[in-house]
Amino acid sequence: MNLYGPLWLSMQLAFVTTVVLIGLGTPLAWWLSRTETRWKPVMQAIVAMPIVLPPTVLGFYLLILLGPEGAIGSWWVTLTGNALTFSFTGLVIASTVYSLPFAVQPLQNAFESLPRQTLERAWTLGASPLDAFFSVAVPLAKRGFVSAAVLSFAHTLGEFGVVLMVGGNIPGKTRVVSIAIYDHVEMLDYSSAHQLSLVLLAFAFLALLAMFAVNHRWSRG
Amino acid sequence: MIRLRHRVRKGDFLLDIDTHIPDSGITGIFGESGSGKTTLLRCIAGLEGGGGPPVHRRNVGYVFQQPTLFAHHDVRGNIEYGARRATSHRIDGEHVIDMLGLGRLLDRRIETLSGGEAQRVAIAAALMRSPDLVLMDEPLASLDRRRKDELLPYFDRLHDELSVPVVYVSHDIEEIGRLCDHLVVLDGGQVTADGSLFDVLSRTDVSPLSGRNAGVVLWAAPVDHEDGLTRFDFGDGDIWVPGEFAVGTRLLRLRIAANDVSIARERPSQSTILNVLRATVEEIHPVDAARALVRLAVGNQDLLAQVTNRSIARLGLATGDRVFAQLKSVTVRR
Repeated sequence: MNLYGPLWLSMQLAFVTTVVLIGLGTPLAWWLSRTETRWKPVMQAIVAMPIVLPPTVLGFYLLILLGPEGAIGSWWVTLTGNALTFSFTGLVIASTVYSLPFAVQPLQNAFESLPRQTLERAWTLGASPLDAFFSVAVPLAKRGFVSAAVLSFAHTLGEFGVVLMVGGNIPGKTRVVSIAIYDHVEMLDYSSAHQLSLVLLAFAFLALLAMFAVNHRWSRG
Repeated sequence: MIRLRHRVRKGDFLLDIDTHIPDSGITGIFGESGSGKTTLLRCIAGLEGGGGPPVHRRNVGYVFQQPTLFAHHDVRGNIEYGARRATSHRIDGEHVIDMLGLGRLLDRRIETLSGGEAQRVAIAAALMRSPDLVLMDEPLASLDRRRKDELLPYFDRLHDELSVPVVYVSHDIEEIGRLCDHLVVLDGGQVTADGSLFDVLSRTDVSPLSGRNAGVVLWAAPVDHEDGLTRFDFGDGDIWVPGEFAVGTRLLRLRIAANDVSIARERPSQSTILNVLRATVEEIHPVDAARALVRLAVGNQDLLAQVTNRSIARLGLATGDRVFAQLKSVTVRR
């Protein structure tokens, strides 16, 4: 059996999830940072839920929702003919929900620290709100984007419970590295578990180191 | 003429303005804090909502009290931001950079600029989009005295060389007197006076323009020097001012605060006061229980004197009386 296959699958999953999360998390974080609605705490609580919820609970509800009988799963089956559960697409959806706060919170913090007047200045200089967002808000929030991307990627890479509930353990399809390590330990194959664990350990450290180093340099200007 | 017509409610405060300002020169908006000056400026720019085209289509430059420049660009990038989005290019970029003395700052990073330098960059950025109107919200208020004095000559140049009309908000009557040509006085969200700077400043019935804010501005030409003083000719008389101002140049503005003018029935024979002018009492307007503003005519010029009601009673002053105005101090602007 290919030892590093699950690692590669995890990398793909983390990459796709990070791209999706930046795409979805940016407008959501922007809205949360600017809104004055009294529903803001409710939205923030919902977004932050995956941080405190046991992954098995999250995975259980996602399994029901994404399953062939579930609201999203049944719609997906009629659309594509395939089930969402125990598929790579299903894993991407589950990981997106699971890692959402890790993308939204750094972005929201970065957007909130942007003075409103900076945007107002951009508008008075002829920038439309969308132009001002991309030419001023995004570059000034770059630290937030780096943190969001690194945390989303690393957090998705390390997920276990949700994947187990929604994705099962299908080699090459849903058998990600954290599950592979669990399997190796179960079969007392400590050598394989060591190799994969060491890779993840090193990766986690290097990713966080890169993030903090970049943020440190940018904060000094 | 540009029509300013804005009505906006913010909590208990109602701004209700309908007035005209000239389409050239600098129009000052004067008022105490809470009078609605900034709200009016934000309404003109479209930053307060309230309908009309969105901010970026109004083609007005806005200079904020705090110069929030874009930290991800250097000085050049900040100046070019507006130029790249300009719909017309009437403004000469080289001239703007020269006028604001930014030539040597272009490659500097934003965080290395002093407050005054940053504000000059912010003004240049606003001008580079070739606006139809430039709005300035107390651009000197966030600076200390020294930085303010550094920056004022640049505003003098803007005043002399810029063809774009400027609306300049300030609660500092000296800045207004120095820079503006036209004046709108706001009080409680309403226009209480508007007109040419010289006319409005010589009115006695505008309450924000009483106390230490009362005083007139005259145009005068420096004509000669003596004993370290300069003699200014304002058309209807002479005024001596300490310091040697270049003779034969253009007209300068003299500001004479109403608190620095006193009134005498007879020409004082033994006094340290240098400037004594023959005047006629035109109007006496009570300010409060203790004080009144007296408008004096010196030839065709007006002076304001702030004196006590007791003094008016003691001298028996009445409209039409011939008196002497004593000027305790005069400040020269430019």
